[in-house]
Amino acid sequence: MKKETLITTRRAVLSGLASCGGLLAGGCSKTLPPTYGNVLRMGDLLTYKAHRLLLPVHSLAKEYEHGDISSIPAIGNTNPADPRQPTFNADRGAIYQRVRDSGFADWRLSIEGRVARPGAYSLAELKRFPSRTQITKHTCEEGWSAIAEWTGVPLRRVLEAAGMLPSARFVQFYAFDDSAEGLDMLDALHPQTILAYGMNGRDLPISHGAPVRLRVERQLGYKSVKFLRRIVVTDEFDDLGKIGSLQNGWAWYVGI
Amino acid sequence: MEQAISDPLIDATGAGRLGGRAIAGKGHAGWTRASHWIVAVSVVTLAFTGFVILMAHPRLYWGAVGNDLTPALIELPISRNYRHGGWVPDPPFSAQAGSPASAIRTYDILNYNGWGRSLHFLAAWFLVVTGAVYLVAGIVTGHFRRHLVPRAGELKPRLIREDLVGHLHLRIQPARGGPPYGLLQKAAYCGVVFVALPMMILTGLAMAPAITAGYPWLASMFGGSQSARTIHFCFFALLVLFIVVHVLMVVLSGFRAQMRAMIFGK
Repeated sequence: MKKETLITTRRAVLSGLASCGGLLAGGCSKTLPPTYGNVLRMGDLLTYKAHRLLLPVHSLAKEYEHGDISSIPAIGNTNPADPRQPTFNADRGAIYQRVRDSGFADWRLSIEGRVARPGAYSLAELKRFPSRTQITKHTCEEGWSAIAEWTGVPLRRVLEAAGMLPSARFVQFYAFDDSAEGLDMLDALHPQTILAYGMNGRDLPISHGAPVRLRVERQLGYKSVKFLRRIVVTDEFDDLGKIGSLQNGWAWYVGI
Repeated sequence: MEQAISDPLIDATGAGRLGGRAIAGKGHAGWTRASHWIVAVSVVTLAFTGFVILMAHPRLYWGAVGNDLTPALIELPISRNYRHGGWVPDPPFSAQAGSPASAIRTYDILNYNGWGRSLHFLAAWFLVVTGAVYLVAGIVTGHFRRHLVPRAGELKPRLIREDLVGHLHLRIQPARGGPPYGLLQKAAYCGVVFVALPMMILTGLAMAPAITAGYPWLASMFGGSQSARTIHFCFFALLVLFIVVHVLMVVLSGFRAQMRAMIFGK
């Protein structure tokens, strides 16, 4: 009797492990983040797939009251034109300095890739889209968090205006510094995923990503790319090379 | 260490006479041995990587949010990030005094969270899957009922006091290589299995933005994600204390006999 229980448990564990293996084997295709044979990335992939399988798809991150707004540190790159900053890029830093001097009148956000109507949007054009204001919590991977009010255009509106193709599966976001991040369509089309140009009732400050940053409310803070300059829609997963989080040893999906 | 096994109270089969009545050592079942070692490795990995993650921001808070610009509940001097300077005030959001502010960090913090957190979660998967199998097996086989949960007759103040005084005088019963367990031993194991590890998992989930978006009660039941982080730390400290005492008890009761029992059964 006892022996049988043991065999059943062992069999259950083995079949469980086998199904995990099947889950991870999917990492070879280009519709999922790659693991590079790295066991840490395999764990990240398992977490990503478990979140997508188990969590409610349409849930909204909690939105707070105006009185809940807290102080908020500005970290990482806080000015792409400053050569002393981390992830500084000389060419784009100079461009950033120029558009900043124009009060961001010369700033354009380029939408490219798998869209029917690629193009570049000025700040004024983005502000003509219906806006969304949300008071949400920013959870930094370091361990701290803060509540702020963000105003911007839902990314979904912009992608629809650009005519996103039905085969599209991922959206990549490039900044003025050497940083970039990608989202799957579930997070990209989420109603709280916005291109934010306002913070706490004012224009987005330089230190927090002026003129426009991404807000991804169901992932850690580093997915909310600051200083946006270019959005690329793709059919396949793109690890973004040396400026992406994956090749720098950080998880791509951080709904955590 | 061989004395433990050749103790006059214990014969070669592990059966012996303790407390005036015969007690047969039952040994550890295969599934408890397997789950013990998987959980042991997972928990040690989680404790180590958890500490690495905490070093990046060694401040703990109460409530929904907290950061370097808000008051801390506890500040831990565990890395160069402890009370670091390097903050340049940003232009204020509002002219009102005492209103939320921003500041730019110019200090280069210590941060190994890239591999630290991914390894933390990898170990957490092993803990959660093994823990789930263990809980089901513990109920189905009667292991919890027969060996872990104290019987009503054991919970007498006199017996609790005796066991406590015995432990404080380091009068540790020789290795039995498995159940039956003493009263404090049962209490410690029940605390870890039914309280501390489930609380670690729940407070861990309560810090995740995607999970709390789906299930907001996870964060609110602890008073917010930062409270959950603080509770997560407190149970980490209790679990480290448990591991220290657990290993000490293994050593005092007969290290080789106990290790042999937990690896080979008997």
